[in-house]
Amino acid sequence: MSGFRMATGGLVDRATPVRFRFDGRAYEGFAGDTLASALLANGVTLFGRSFKYHRPRGVLSAGAEEPNALVDVREGAWREPNTRATMVEIFDGLSARSQNRVGGLTHDVMAVNGLLAPLLAAGFYYKTFMWPAAFWERLYEPVIRRAAGLGRASGLPDPDIYEKTTEFCDCLVVGAGADGVAAANEAAKTAPRVLLVDEYAPLGPAPVLAENVKFLPRTTVFATYDGDYAALERLSDHLPSGPGPRQRLVRIVAGRCVLATGALERPLLFGHNDRPGVMLADAVATYLARYGVAPGREAVVFLNHDTPARLIGALAAAGVAVNAVVDTRPGSSALVHEAARAAGVPVFAGAVVTRALGGLAVRGAEIRQANGSVLRIRADLIANSGGFTPNISLTTHLGAKPVWDEGIAAFKAGALPAGMSVVGKAAGEGINPGIRAHWHGGQFAGKSFVDFQNDVTVKDVALAVREGFVSPEHVKRYTTLGMATDQGKTANVNALGVLAQMTGQEIAELAGPRARPPYVPVAIGALVGAHRGAEFRPVRRTPTHEFAEALGAKFIEVGPWLRAQYYPRGAEDWLAAAQREVNIVRGKVGFCDVTTLGKIDIQGPDAVVLLERVYANGWANLPVGRVRYGLMLREDGFAMDDGTTARLSDTQFVMTTTTANAGRVMQHLEFCARVLWPELDVALMSVTDQWAQLSVAGPKSLAVLRKLADEPSLIDDEALPYMGCKALTIAGGTPARIFRISFSGERAYEIAVPARYGNGLARALMAAGEEFGIAPYGTEALGIMRIEKGHPAGPEFNGQTTAHDLGLARLLSRKKEFVGRAMAARAALCDPARPALVGLRPVRAGDVIRAGAHVLPEGAPLTVAHDQGWVSSAARSPSLGSIGLAMLRNGPARLGEVVRVYDPVRAGNFLAEVVAPVQYDPEGSRLYA
Amino acid sequence: MRIECPYCGPRGAEEFVYTQDAERARPTDGGASPTEDWAAYVYLRDNLPGARREYWYHQGGCRAWLKVTRDVSTHEILKVELP
Repeated sequence: MSGFRMATGGLVDRATPVRFRFDGRAYEGFAGDTLASALLANGVTLFGRSFKYHRPRGVLSAGAEEPNALVDVREGAWREPNTRATMVEIFDGLSARSQNRVGGLTHDVMAVNGLLAPLLAAGFYYKTFMWPAAFWERLYEPVIRRAAGLGRASGLPDPDIYEKTTEFCDCLVVGAGADGVAAANEAAKTAPRVLLVDEYAPLGPAPVLAENVKFLPRTTVFATYDGDYAALERLSDHLPSGPGPRQRLVRIVAGRCVLATGALERPLLFGHNDRPGVMLADAVATYLARYGVAPGREAVVFLNHDTPARLIGALAAAGVAVNAVVDTRPGSSALVHEAARAAGVPVFAGAVVTRALGGLAVRGAEIRQANGSVLRIRADLIANSGGFTPNISLTTHLGAKPVWDEGIAAFKAGALPAGMSVVGKAAGEGINPGIRAHWHGGQFAGKSFVDFQNDVTVKDVALAVREGFVSPEHVKRYTTLGMATDQGKTANVNALGVLAQMTGQEIAELAGPRARPPYVPVAIGALVGAHRGAEFRPVRRTPTHEFAEALGAKFIEVGPWLRAQYYPRGAEDWLAAAQREVNIVRGKVGFCDVTTLGKIDIQGPDAVVLLERVYANGWANLPVGRVRYGLMLREDGFAMDDGTTARLSDTQFVMTTTTANAGRVMQHLEFCARVLWPELDVALMSVTDQWAQLSVAGPKSLAVLRKLADEPSLIDDEALPYMGCKALTIAGGTPARIFRISFSGERAYEIAVPARYGNGLARALMAAGEEFGIAPYGTEALGIMRIEKGHPAGPEFNGQTTAHDLGLARLLSRKKEFVGRAMAARAALCDPARPALVGLRPVRAGDVIRAGAHVLPEGAPLTVAHDQGWVSSAARSPSLGSIGLAMLRNGPARLGEVVRVYDPVRAGNFLAEVVAPVQYDPEGSRLYA
Repeated sequence: MRIECPYCGPRGAEEFVYTQDAERARPTDGGASPTEDWAAYVYLRDNLPGARREYWYHQGGCRAWLKVTRDVSTHEILKVELP
């Protein structure tokens, strides 16, 4: 028991007690306390165990830079490990635990790691656990992972809600200390919108701010990006778990930015400088002034500059006995002598603390005086300060290097990102008066920690240097210094100082510490925001979704869409349902929602010119009221997409694309129209979402549609032949477009109505088709019929296939310019030896072709060298059995050949016959049935 | 990162997609002959630091194609123009 709550003082609300638990024990603090201040007030010094050596650790700092006091807060799925006790605001019912211990915190079994220290020194991963290699995964890694490390995640889904927002301002001010508040009010005189953010909880009197200053407390700006800043607003981390959002990710778009982020203190290095009770001097001052907590009863103040002189009087006033002031500077300074004299404290000038005494907590300090004599002084608190470092992380995120200022022995911001300025202590103003840099005073007994969180000692740095790692970047990687969750906020400058001293360099010659975002750890949940699970992305439902849902359809994600996959009846599985649906289409009539195919309305006098240039085949002679199949190439000559385009008038076309490429084709067309040929008078609009389009297919399709059409004669064969299209009205005046095109190979029509009539059209088709045995079909049946008819689709349009490969070479016009024309003519792209589209059918009934299988010559060894292609699509046809489409070398010349279909992953190995891609109704007679 | 769209004003970069280099002009049509010019247009890119011209598409906005001059070393947007 050493720390205590002072009788008066601090900004906490002493009228509001708060009860919380730490490691199962009940404690009481006040509203406004952090977990660290409340535990210190209760005399707790031991907060956790360290990463590698399981050494006892207390609190080093009072802020965001805390490396030691990492705890696990809340329970169950809300449990969050590695939380800095200095940043946790207590609330009634808060429960926290120390981490990285096996057994009790005071008797950690793994503390034996401390004895294994020689094995765990810098580079131990690289040296100790190298042999035998097989032991790494099975033994070394699990053991190290258990022994070393920090907290553990709950392993449960994150139950919290996170939000995202964007703040726009003319001026962003980071840090609401005196400098930040002044900067915000100054900026507010000319800037209409000023945003002031502060990482800490508001405590004490609220800052007086101009009206146009918006203040966000508990908000950390954690990254500087190109023109934007990222911040995390902690909305309810200071409250019991509730239904509201926990944190909000704030993207800040700022005209300019003022950093008033202050300076971070760096510790002095000495033996056992990690003992609970060794604290940063300014942190001690903060606990006294902000929380009314004295972190110890008997203190030694260890310093090398004048700022901590104020602490001497503050400690004395708080009732803490200051037993010694140890100043590394020969002669110390007038300010220190004066403060010490006023408090009646001896000053040891030109002296150093060589080590902290005590085990689980500091019991004293060993001091080596200027004359070399050593003495021990009783203390439970060693308040030390090696000087301050401007807190300039945000200036370095875009790569700017800090520069060393010898006058204040600190790194200041170098080149600043556009629009950023730095003020106050962050700019190095008024810090480290009278400083004389002191890095380490020699090899003292006991470990001297440079990086507390990653357990890196002065000796580790020395070892790295001895082994040839002398650049700061190499030392960092070899020792892991500065690589923990605190990014070495209290460690980096000391490490550079130690390294400079060991290698005889000037610290100014070494690369200053640059940080990467985020400045503090940010929960992945906050970055994800609301986009998870079912809300990962918006769901696009087809215009017949409700209809399909009411019939019990199973749905599948197709690109961004949710489409009906099959409509099971009774106990049917997907295959039985899909085969039944195919039989209904082939025997009677079925219908399927094909809205998801991209639809692009193309209008203008030059619409036909654009089509001529984006499609490989010709369009100039397409009459109004007709539809044509088109093939689109990329500029490199490979196939990009296919689809049908209908000519509605001289100057209006409606193009369809594949579902997967709808967005890409639109983008491509606009590139062609706006960038390549801006002189074309043509306008483009995606109308995919505006029209519900249903394919009605089967021998009875015309009979069904005649019942719906207001003027049935308009769709008779004479008026609407195969590949014809027209506008008409259906069901008593509903505007519609009808296209006589077929994907299934049956007589078929695609009928389009304004999207809001989608469900109604589906119901009307069901009613009109009842007498013919109509049924809706899903994507599985669609796929089976597509493969039966040998139409290439997504698996064949895979970006690596050419018109020749797909059997579409006849479409490459020789008469006109089109995208991809030149490069498609490359000899290698027209080589008949390339894998090209064929059909496959198993030789033996019962074998099932699966997509992804390889195709090899019948007698060839089953090796990659003999691989001649792959199965791109496979289906279980109700009439033909297992069939497939394959890309096979020289395929079209090999019809009738027997090949081996080899699927080593799924144990498939059988013979199949190469057949033409069109396996069902090759003559196409059913289009007119 | 913000891009000043001539139609929509300054918008977040996430509304735009970078598609391709705008330094090379598309060769004029020379029939079905894969010339060196075409190969260079399709495949060759100069990977140099400093200001580069690029095509960006305002996909999440007005769908305009923009020719953006960007310093690829600093991500600074130097100029935005219609192609």
